[in-house]
Amino acid sequence: MFKIVTAPLDYLDAQNELYRPEAGGVVCFEGRVRNHNHHRKVSHLNYEAFDEMAISEGNKILTEAREKFKIIEALAIHRVGDLQIEETAIWVGVSSAHREAAFLACQYIIDQLKSRVPIWKKEFYVDGESDWVKCLACSQKGIPHSEHQHFHHVEKSEVEG
Amino acid sequence: MTIKVKYFASLREKAQKNEEEITEVFNNAFDLYLALQEKYQFPLTVEEVKVAINGEYQNFDTALVAGDVVTFIPPVAGG
Repeated sequence: MFKIVTAPLDYLDAQNELYRPEAGGVVCFEGRVRNHNHHRKVSHLNYEAFDEMAISEGNKILTEAREKFKIIEALAIHRVGDLQIEETAIWVGVSSAHREAAFLACQYIIDQLKSRVPIWKKEFYVDGESDWVKCLACSQKGIPHSEHQHFHHVEKSEVEG
Repeated sequence: MTIKVKYFASLREKAQKNEEEITEVFNNAFDLYLALQEKYQFPLTVEEVKVAINGEYQNFDTALVAGDVVTFIPPVAGG
C-alpha cells in the first residue's frame, strides 16, 4: 500500500509488515532532506501532492513491482508539507525470499515514484530564495518532460533522495 | 459544458487558485492548456506538463466532456 502522511514519517509499523517467515531479504530505501542541491544550500523543503491521484499512481507502481519481481510485499510512504534537513521524505520497503528481487524491486519503485507520482517539491534556500524542483535530466537532454520516463541517474549523488 | 480544472505547485501559484470551473468549450486538453497558459502566464510550455483527466494520465488530444476534472501536472519531484 502507498500512503501519504503529513506527520513525521514513522515507518516502523510498515517495516514490521515486511518481516514474514518466508522473507529471507528485506530492502528499505529512505529518502531524506539534504542540505544542498546543485551547489545551493537548502534550508528546508515543502512537498505538495495531488493526493487522490498520487495514491492511485503509487499503488499502481507497487502492483507493477509485485508483477515484475518475485517479491512478497512492497510498501511505500511519502510525507508532504514542510520538511526540515535530515527529515525523512519517503520510505520504500520490499521483502522477498531472496535478496536480488527485493533490491531490484526497491530500485524500480523509487525510480517510478519519482518520475510518475504527482508530488512536487519546493526548495527553500538559505539565501532566502525558493524554487520548484525541475527535472534536471530533462532540461539537460532537451527532451520534453511529457515524453519519457526520466530516472534520476544522471547525477545520482546530487539528485537521489 | 462545465469542466473543473485543478492547479498544483507552480501552476497553482501562477493561477492563484486551487481549482476553478470552466464553461467555455474546448475540444481537448491541449487547447484548454494554451488558453489557460495565456490567461495566467504559465511559464511551463505544453511540452513540459502532463495532463490527467479524472485522476488518470491521458493524452493531450483526449476529447473533454462535461463533468471532467482536468489537472495539468508540472514536472513531478517526489522522493
